Amino acid sequence: MIVTFDIIILVFLVIAAIISLSVKDLLAAAMVFGIYGFLICLLWAEMGAVDVAFTEATVGAGVSTVLIVATILNTRRKSTD
Amino acid sequence: MKAKIFASIAVAITGAVLLYAVSDFPRFGDPRSPANAGVEGGSPSASLYYIENTYRDTKVPNLVTAILADYRGYDTMFETVVILTAGMSIFAILRVLRRDDAPGAPASAPDSSDHSIDGDHHRIIVATTCRIAAPLIQIFALYVVAHGHHSPGGGFQGGVMLGASFILLALSGSLRDTLVRFSEQQYLRLAFIGILIYAGFGFLPLWVGRNFLDYGALSGLLMTSGEEMARSHSMLGVEIGVAMTVMSIMFAIFANLSTRGRLHGGL
Amino acid sequence: MQSFFQEAVIPHFNFWIYVIIMMVGLWSVIAKNNLIKKLIGLSIFQTAILLLYVSLGVKEGATIPVLDHHALIESSHSESSEGSGKKAIAINPDHYANPLPHVLMLTAIVVGVATLGVALALTQMIYKDFGTIEEDEVLKKIKALHDDV
Repeated sequence: MIVTFDIIILVFLVIAAIISLSVKDLLAAAMVFGIYGFLICLLWAEMGAVDVAFTEATVGAGVSTVLIVATILNTRRKSTD
Repeated sequence: MKAKIFASIAVAITGAVLLYAVSDFPRFGDPRSPANAGVEGGSPSASLYYIENTYRDTKVPNLVTAILADYRGYDTMFETVVILTAGMSIFAILRVLRRDDAPGAPASAPDSSDHSIDGDHHRIIVATTCRIAAPLIQIFALYVVAHGHHSPGGGFQGGVMLGASFILLALSGSLRDTLVRFSEQQYLRLAFIGILIYAGFGFLPLWVGRNFLDYGALSGLLMTSGEEMARSHSMLGVEIGVAMTVMSIMFAIFANLSTRGRLHGGL
Repeated sequence: MQSFFQEAVIPHFNFWIYVIIMMVGLWSVIAKNNLIKKLIGLSIFQTAILLLYVSLGVKEGATIPVLDHHALIESSHSESSEGSGKKAIAINPDHYANPLPHVLMLTAIVVGVATLGVALALTQMIYKDFGTIEEDEVLKKIKALHDDV
């Protein structure tokens, strides 16, 4: 548990969440969501939850982004909001 | 626009209530908080028992694996069932079953979006690199599953990594080539076999009159030196079952989502 | 103002950020029009809740919840040579992070991605039936269908 590291990641986390929800290009939103997942993974490693961080690194930053991209390519890439 | 105003009001009220509640929380990182040490004057937190006695009971140094697969085996078993159910739901929602794309039969007319390695020269470097990388990822994933007792890792992480290696093959090469190696029949079978392995380790202790998922009773069957080692070895078996189910379902979800359930073509 | 920050925000800084992330997710679930945006918002909401849970198990000065394997083996060997048998090995719980929230959230993450897959499958079916993934257009088309009947 390192407080400075903690605060930096948390600030980036909020920024990543807001960006991924505000960009109009869904593919970009999916990519920023992957970055968000990886930041969460770093935060968990910092909290000492190594198993959870490992799972998040494989699931959040890997598989879920791929699944969202697969759906975007099969539907539509542009979003109205 | 009306929805946005309503959403802002609802979110503001909920956020204010939550922030008010947060002020009653223990300080971040407090070792004496109720979750870490239990209520004063009441019973101590369950986590204290786990930290103090896990190594004595099971001889597993990684507390998370021990709690996941042994103390809270019911929870993990039915979480795995939830994952299987999610995979089955996607199969029911998306999968298009036609006679001409029965498993095993080659697609008569290749889809125009199907870029095999021979057809698309831009892809050859990526496809070859991923083909070389996939077995290494799989070996590391098997290590993660098997070494989950001593280091971070276990069935869920290893299973997702194994599934991701197949997803990588399907993304870089083509889904059709990957399905030749790991067909729909095979992955659906593996998903159910994984659950059955887990349930089997649960039912075996019932034969000798012990509780469901009480692995200590398996010391005779597994020929271990004591109940602790039987629990340790049973955890490995359970983790393998979880890994099989998770791997199959992750690949099944990707295969169905990327092809709208037709299982040919692909991204 | 300064005393408010020192008393309320600083000791619970993490929790304040979690609530903010949670509310960002909740707002997008209610207000966003695109279904995939809604799902991303739902996932962000979910991770905020997981963060809240795991931070309850954090201890200052504690290490990861994996016991020092070699030290344990040595101590158990020295005990058995003294013939004391199965004596409890001294483990100080304050040295290890609380493993229980980790276990619960670990399975929740994997279940979360599986359910996200189900939601994305439903989105694809909506696109197949209505030709759009914008909520207001889908609702308009459903209304038109009902009016025809």
